[in-house]
Amino acid sequence: MTVEERVAEAPSVRQPPTNAMPGRGGWWIQPNSVAIAFTLFILYSGWSVLFLSGHTTYGPYLSPFYSPHIPLNWPLSAAILVAWVPLGFRATCYYYRKAYYRAYFRDPPACAIGEPQHPHLFAGSYSGERKFPWVLNNFHRYFLYLALIVLGFLWWDTINAFHYGGTWYVGLGSLLMLANVILLTGYTFSCHALRHLVGGSVDCFSCAFAGRPRHGMYGLVSKINPYHPNFAWLSLASVAAVDIYIRLASYGAFGHCLGTHFGC
Amino acid sequence: MAVDYEIHDHDVLIIGAGGAGLRAAIQASNAGASVGVVTKSLLGKAHTVMAEGGMAASLGNVDPADNWKVHFADTMRSGKMINNWRMVELFAKDAPNQVYQLERWGALFDRTPEGKIMQRPFGAHTYRRLAHVGDRTGLELIRTLEDRSIHTGATVYMECIVTRLLKDGDHIAGAFGYFRDDGRFVLFRAKAIILASGGWGRMYKVTSNSWECTGDGVAMAYEAGAELRDTEMVQFHPTGMVWPPGVRGILVTEGVRGEGGLLKNSLGERFMEKYDPKKMELSSRDVVARSIYREVQEGRGSPHGGAFLDISYKPADFIRTKLPSMYEQFKVLADIDITKEPMQVAPTVHYAMGGVDVDGDTAATTVPGLYAAGEVASGLHGANRLGGNSLSDLVVFGTIAGQCAADHARGIASFPGIDDAQIRDEQEILLRPFESGGGENPYLIHQDLQDIMADHAGISRTGPGLEEGLAKLAALRERACRISIKGSRIFNPAWSMARDDLFMLTVAEAVIRAALARTESRGAHWRLDYPELDPEQGKVNYMVCKADGCMEVHAAPIPPMPPELQEVIEETS
Amino acid sequence: MPDETITFRVWRGDPSGGQEVEYRVPAVTGMVVLDAMHYIQAYLDGDLAVRWNCKAAKCGSCSAEINGFPKLMCKTRIDGLPADAPIHVHPMRSFPVIRDLVTDVSWNYRVNKEIAPFTPAEDDGEPWIMYQEDVQRLYEPRKCIECFLCQNTCHVLRNHDDFAGYYGPRYMVRYQYLAMHPKDILDRREALKQKAGIGYCNITKCCQEVCPEHIHITDNAIIPLKERVADEYYDPIRWAIRKLTGGERKPEESTTGPGIVETPK
Repeated sequence: MTVEERVAEAPSVRQPPTNAMPGRGGWWIQPNSVAIAFTLFILYSGWSVLFLSGHTTYGPYLSPFYSPHIPLNWPLSAAILVAWVPLGFRATCYYYRKAYYRAYFRDPPACAIGEPQHPHLFAGSYSGERKFPWVLNNFHRYFLYLALIVLGFLWWDTINAFHYGGTWYVGLGSLLMLANVILLTGYTFSCHALRHLVGGSVDCFSCAFAGRPRHGMYGLVSKINPYHPNFAWLSLASVAAVDIYIRLASYGAFGHCLGTHFGC
Repeated sequence: MAVDYEIHDHDVLIIGAGGAGLRAAIQASNAGASVGVVTKSLLGKAHTVMAEGGMAASLGNVDPADNWKVHFADTMRSGKMINNWRMVELFAKDAPNQVYQLERWGALFDRTPEGKIMQRPFGAHTYRRLAHVGDRTGLELIRTLEDRSIHTGATVYMECIVTRLLKDGDHIAGAFGYFRDDGRFVLFRAKAIILASGGWGRMYKVTSNSWECTGDGVAMAYEAGAELRDTEMVQFHPTGMVWPPGVRGILVTEGVRGEGGLLKNSLGERFMEKYDPKKMELSSRDVVARSIYREVQEGRGSPHGGAFLDISYKPADFIRTKLPSMYEQFKVLADIDITKEPMQVAPTVHYAMGGVDVDGDTAATTVPGLYAAGEVASGLHGANRLGGNSLSDLVVFGTIAGQCAADHARGIASFPGIDDAQIRDEQEILLRPFESGGGENPYLIHQDLQDIMADHAGISRTGPGLEEGLAKLAALRERACRISIKGSRIFNPAWSMARDDLFMLTVAEAVIRAALARTESRGAHWRLDYPELDPEQGKVNYMVCKADGCMEVHAAPIPPMPPELQEVIEETS
Repeated sequence: MPDETITFRVWRGDPSGGQEVEYRVPAVTGMVVLDAMHYIQAYLDGDLAVRWNCKAAKCGSCSAEINGFPKLMCKTRIDGLPADAPIHVHPMRSFPVIRDLVTDVSWNYRVNKEIAPFTPAEDDGEPWIMYQEDVQRLYEPRKCIECFLCQNTCHVLRNHDDFAGYYGPRYMVRYQYLAMHPKDILDRREALKQKAGIGYCNITKCCQEVCPEHIHITDNAIIPLKERVADEYYDPIRWAIRKLTGGERKPEESTTGPGIVETPK
């Protein structure tokens, strides 16, 4: 059968999709909550990255938005030199794609629910991820490579956050940074593209070069991959939380009490 | 003049698209025949998907001592020696090739650590013999055959119901039926027809069988003059679900026992110690089914009238990997976590050992041009089928039937003639329920039939009980003539039910008549009034055929086994 | 629960239209929606069209939309649905209605026919050795029972009518099996991009949400296949390496039909 024949025989007379599914309520709660949460994060992080280049450090702490620390003398925020990496990584992420296509673009808003008629960006009609801009999502792996580098810096910052005044130091800020970097690591290492790169692309592990270790790595990533959405949300929250905590501390909200033990 | 119908011509027409039908389609197409496959359902939904535990083949991957001879002897012994030994021989020899063939068509079986096909133990198989994929082997088989057969050039007629085999003199000439989606009639002209239409479990209330298993193939073959054989042999699978009521009868795979599941009664005893201390839970199905039945009858059953089947002592991960669909089935349908609690199980009608009598080497029935393979055919399993033998049966005899039917068709120059009277007659039967004002509901006729079969031809039988059942069947048949239905011919389930009732009534009568004739207990056939094995009746099969419009039963002697097969039996005992 | 009745609103009609019809069915412990449909057939309306086979969630015939959500009728317990409201049972919306709850799903079978079948290398007569590690992830796609609930739910088909462009999730699962099978020798990436239209999928995961077999359709079939397609079409570094080293290519699946195209030089 040719493609033309299949087109000709495609289901034609059928019930139109609708979002007034009988007996089904509450489907709009999830996409709308996601849209609200994303919007809040985007507003806050955009504001933080673009306009709040002061008060991003406190003692040994460094806001993750401003990592790696780039001593640069220019009028704009230094963070924008790096921030596009995590932004791009998340924007092309297979989980976030699901979330924003549903929440913002209503393509679809929820399963088996009708979609509002709306023009699709650049393409006119729905074209999935075949046309600009969504075809760019196929380059997710390149953002992964860069995100791994950024993750290295964040670990470096976190280790440094446990050193202060020439000695070991544990504070709420350093613990928050540690939690944050662990969640970010979970997020990065549960990535679908990474899963493909370490072993997913192999058809026959027992015949491939370095098949056994690759199978092992593939197994590890596959184990945490189902939690990718959880890591995505938790790390989103933790990044913002660390940034807010450091800013507040820097503004003196908690007094000047960098202590050497819990609770200061 | 007959009502309008469309016509399709095929060298080989295959009725049924389960494992046997699709395997036959592939074989016949490859042999150069133009093939049509008719299925009552959608492609890939046939009852074969319900097979769970595995397919038996003496690959010897985990027990190297296994070979075709042991498989032959196991199958003969479990069939209580009334099997067609030639079929069993061909079957045991070819089953391993068929497993490997399936693998090359894309089937994926569980593996041993060495990368070979894994095999699991099953009831009354001497060695670990069942190639399997978790507990969904039937799905793997049918999907493989489906994806293969659609590329062979065979035409598949989905949701098409054949209700009559047509003849030209003695020879098969075609089949008549209708399409479910719009009710249009259809005539298939064919040089050879393969019946692969499955069994008749739906005539029983508690059954693991799906919608389709209404015995149409057996009844149509009978009407066309073919001999039926061993119809008294109905297998009760020992373990069907019992609770909640809606799921009663749904199969619990023998794989549960294969993987170590223990049967216990309400006192916590492993009661199989009493009935078969050697094989215990892995005794043959007839023995285990009767044992559970006895325990329940004697008051040691579970709260819902079954036995406890417990595998929860095994690690939860092991259970979820080896028995994933059982885990899911009990969790969703019965609120039971089988990794933590025992299941409740009781016998459920599962398989018909009897069916259309065929020749082992060719799968030919006694009607020239008519072939049969799979559950609709009879002979391989004798008085009791071994678990796992049905899936290999499908592919072994599907292949033989496909090849022989194609060869037969090649020898016929033109399509046989079909006189209009046969078609008119069938149309009249089909359309009668729309016109009749008799008021009988086809669904209730079916339920009443199920009650009769449960009460009179169930797991235990008596002469008077069977006689009474026969009388009730006659009365029910009277009522079935007055079935009336409403609605149109477009996808009307009451319409198909109306015809299925007639098929099942015919087959039910064959079951009861043969059960009356066999005055002994053998394999699945358990007569309370004749509880012992009768060596004399071990030398015969009971055949059912239509003579002067009436059903006639006669005993046919089993041909003597050749010495080399005798030896096989002796050396493996 | 006995002595209670449950109200069902079942969509009845044909291609020209239809409406919900109300039925009251006695409650039975543990009953599923399909039990109720059978009750209606036997006692209330004999010609109610329902497609079903095994009633054990193994064949995938009884797909429908229950309270607006795609489900198998045989696997949907009544006691899991809101007790105080009628239960709405509708046919799948993405396929043309034949009658009542039965839809014409034959489009799916035509798609399947376009996919090149499993294609191993020449038979050497020896049984295959395949290690568990090589086939472990292939059991999941084989669990598919072809209920077509994913096809019904996929918004590319359901809302955008792109039946011409996209094969749908069920056949991405099929491709996953073929593409990852250690013995299948075909390169299926071009076919996936061209005729199967994997780019239409925007991974909104509804197929995965409705799968009664709990197959991770998006995570384990579609995304890994998208990554394989990206290897070939959206990875400039790999492209450069291929150009420089000129490595051997596998034969490719045809992009127009089920056949195989020649190995590109």
